[in-house]
Amino acid sequence: MRFDSLLDSLGRTPLVGLPRLSPSPEVRLWAKLEDRNPTGSVKDRPALWMIAKAEKEGRLSPGCTILEPTSGNTGISLAMVAKLRGYRMVCVMPENTSAERRQLLEMWGARIIFSPAAGGSNEAVRVAKRLAEENPDWVMLYQYGNEANAQAHYETTGPEILEDLPTVTHFVAGLGTTGTLMGVGRYLREHRPDVKIVAAEPRYGELVYGLRNLDEGFVPELYDESVLTTRYSVGSADALRRTRELLEQEGIFAGISTGSALHAALGVAAKAVKAGERADIVFVVADGGWKYLSTGAYSGTLEEAEERLEGQLWA
Amino acid sequence: MAIEVRIPTILRQYTGGAKTVEGKGGTLDELFSDLDTRHPGLRERLVDGNGLRKFVNVYLNDEDVRFLGGLETKVADGDNVTILPAVAGG
Repeated sequence: MRFDSLLDSLGRTPLVGLPRLSPSPEVRLWAKLEDRNPTGSVKDRPALWMIAKAEKEGRLSPGCTILEPTSGNTGISLAMVAKLRGYRMVCVMPENTSAERRQLLEMWGARIIFSPAAGGSNEAVRVAKRLAEENPDWVMLYQYGNEANAQAHYETTGPEILEDLPTVTHFVAGLGTTGTLMGVGRYLREHRPDVKIVAAEPRYGELVYGLRNLDEGFVPELYDESVLTTRYSVGSADALRRTRELLEQEGIFAGISTGSALHAALGVAAKAVKAGERADIVFVVADGGWKYLSTGAYSGTLEEAEERLEGQLWA
Repeated sequence: MAIEVRIPTILRQYTGGAKTVEGKGGTLDELFSDLDTRHPGLRERLVDGNGLRKFVNVYLNDEDVRFLGGLETKVADGDNVTILPAVAGG
């Protein structure tokens, strides 16, 4: 495959079967390898779409500064695109994210402003909104409410899945901005009205939920409950266990949020087996494991790894 | 046997600091009412006139109850209920 530039190579990622983890020939699991994107994560798709949309609308021109609250991957993707297109990049990131994410952001030239660990990404969103007010010339793309985020998946990820697997019955992905689930979910449902759209929401340690009060909670503006069939909460122990199973059984070295998507996918698969139904279940490998090596997720016992992950934002 | 309910840090002022409490009931609604008899004020933080409050997520055995039946979701002894505030990802 030949492309004119790195950005042109984005998307068209492989969909690979999981012969060992699939419960039967009738109930099969398929991994959408989004780590095979330019910066190694699914976020390259929304990053490019959000920047292209802002350029088209005249909000961005060379020399502009982009501001974004991000726990890492979106920031890394935006920083890469920004570098190639001549923008400055400022990321607001919770301080309890992995060291690799910081290094990667700096590598692509982003400036990082840290937000307090307690409150997780909610706090990063709050700090970014304040900075946007203080710096009216900065352009906040705001992945949580930017339709181009979901649109990227509606136009690319969704069609790719349907083309590669017309018999798809389930789509499972991590729930963060909700962009992947909204975009792919809408596209697949238009073409396969019976498809089940399943969200796997990471459940972190208590520190991350340390809000001052319940009114400070956060639901992304992009979120439309009616697109989902159901939504599971997956704790770090299950996410870690599945991340390791994926590596041991199928050879796929994925990040920890992929483990939570796989956990939900296996739950869905078990239900299909029990009901005697055929199923082709696609789940998203949002990124590779490289950025999480320093968290200790892949070494020692599961209990040790879980302990090390306590208080970390791992998705 | 009872239904185990996990309480987030932010609501433990109603449970005397307890991380988990136990309750009974045939539906989530009944369970919350039962909890409120021993932990007054808790129910009001979870539910308003329209059902579950916007920034409150409740999971029955790890599945979001909004996709099961909301407050009318059936619960039974041995189930696990987890209450969490809605937070951002990404």
